[in-house]
Amino acid sequence: MLELRNISKYYNPGTVNEMCLFDHFNFSVGDQEFVSVVGSNGSGKTSMLNIICGSIPVDNGTIAINGTDITGMPEFKRLKRIGRVYQNPAMGTCPNMTILENMSLADNKGKSFNLKWGTDKNRIDFYRDRLKILNLGLEDKLQIPVGSLSGGQRQAMAMLMSTMTPIEFLILDEHTAALDPKTADLIMELTDKIVREKHLTTIMVTHNLRYAVKYGSRLIMMHRGEIVIDRAGDAKKSLKIENILDKFNEISIECGN
Amino acid sequence: MLTILLGVLVEGFAYAIMALGVYITYKILDFPDLSVDGTFPLGGAVTAVLIIAGVNPLLTLFISFIIGGIAGMITGIIHVKFKVRDLLSGIIVMTALYSINLRIAGKANLPIFSRESIFENAFLARIIPEGLNPFLDTIILLIIVVIMKLLLDLYLNTKSGYLLRSVGDNETLVTSLAIDKGTVKIIGLALANAFAALAGSIYAQKSGFFDISMGPGAIVIGLASVIIGTNLLKRNSAVKATTAVIIGSVIYKACVSFAISLGMAPSDLKLITSVLFLIILILGNDRKRKVKANA
Repeated sequence: MLELRNISKYYNPGTVNEMCLFDHFNFSVGDQEFVSVVGSNGSGKTSMLNIICGSIPVDNGTIAINGTDITGMPEFKRLKRIGRVYQNPAMGTCPNMTILENMSLADNKGKSFNLKWGTDKNRIDFYRDRLKILNLGLEDKLQIPVGSLSGGQRQAMAMLMSTMTPIEFLILDEHTAALDPKTADLIMELTDKIVREKHLTTIMVTHNLRYAVKYGSRLIMMHRGEIVIDRAGDAKKSLKIENILDKFNEISIECGN
Repeated sequence: MLTILLGVLVEGFAYAIMALGVYITYKILDFPDLSVDGTFPLGGAVTAVLIIAGVNPLLTLFISFIIGGIAGMITGIIHVKFKVRDLLSGIIVMTALYSINLRIAGKANLPIFSRESIFENAFLARIIPEGLNPFLDTIILLIIVVIMKLLLDLYLNTKSGYLLRSVGDNETLVTSLAIDKGTVKIIGLALANAFAALAGSIYAQKSGFFDISMGPGAIVIGLASVIIGTNLLKRNSAVKATTAVIIGSVIYKACVSFAISLGMAPSDLKLITSVLFLIILILGNDRKRKVKANA
């Protein structure tokens, strides 16, 4: 259970550009829920993810996981049980390190980074098996630097790496937005597969309404720091793109987009 | 001719150890660390004082390494904990160390000619045949450089080393791994400056004195070595970057020695150092532009 309670967030406080994004914002996600988040630019989707992960501080309110207040916990400690994939495929991997080294790094999350060998030879077969799932042939390129892979390949790796160790939450920040439609479909299927396999509580921000409708167990639409649509269970299953598109257009016209 | 060649190798190897440190900050951490200008002479000052006090020369290497590491850690803490910009953190520590080095040594030049050093001691005099003497310095330095290079290579292949490489490559990933990236940076800076102080210790023992003027410009020599080495040997994947840095250091010292042999005065040394560095940077940029134009 992840909860945001009475969150307030101001940008540029005390200046003429002061902007209130969240004013007593409330949001909670149940265990193993898969929430798709849609909304226009500036509606607060990514800010919400940043607040959950601790990348930006809040001005008011509490963030809690399973009832424990984590508002003051630094980002790197929160990420112990959170996996995060970013819009930019370069954010989830180390370009100058090889595929094998990247996999080894991800595999060591939560353990001590001591003076033992960086790559455990006994794990290489396991890494190969994981990479095989992607169907991109990366399992035969373990020694090449990740920087020479395409955006889609890197994002696929980022997806694998962020979910390699036991985590409870998966945060996806428009993780298919920088990819071509076909690769995006591939990554989305991979996401769904991993989320089911690992029983992760997932929050996915996306601009792709089709994905938002097709995947996940709950859909929310955000607008100006508030949730304007929230559908879960059967109401989510019966949701059609047209239903949310109308609302979306209404919002967009209001914003002048 | 042989004397000149040996001289270049000795200088090149001594500075190569510092260049390995600069490689850690500049290439791996992507951190422009100027504290090296202070930690290189710091190693020299500490060593000179210790040797005069009768401490075993080998032990002074170890002590210099540790003290340099502490100085680097301070640069890291200033940057990470107090959020001072990377360049400024280095400048603060470098400037402070200038006075600290003078205090440690007691004066601007502290000779240790007549004392035992890693290059001249009773043990070596006993086991090394007379004929090898002209090559002795070079051989000893080569051994130390190779050991330090191998240790660094080993370290970079440990879990901790992986983390160091990833923090320069992609900080976000380090945070994603639930690791405080600040701590990793501090470790990297400590390691780099430990290498620099070790080099300073060796350099002082080789020249037979500590001199405050060995500091200013050390970072330029280190950077030049790293850039020459990694640029020249970029396409040759069989040569590790750490080896390339050592080769770069020797090439750089050869260039300086060549410039001096053309009739420049020793007092022009820093001028030569920086002009050569500038030329290397310009040549490096030129090559990049050509690649872009052809792409």
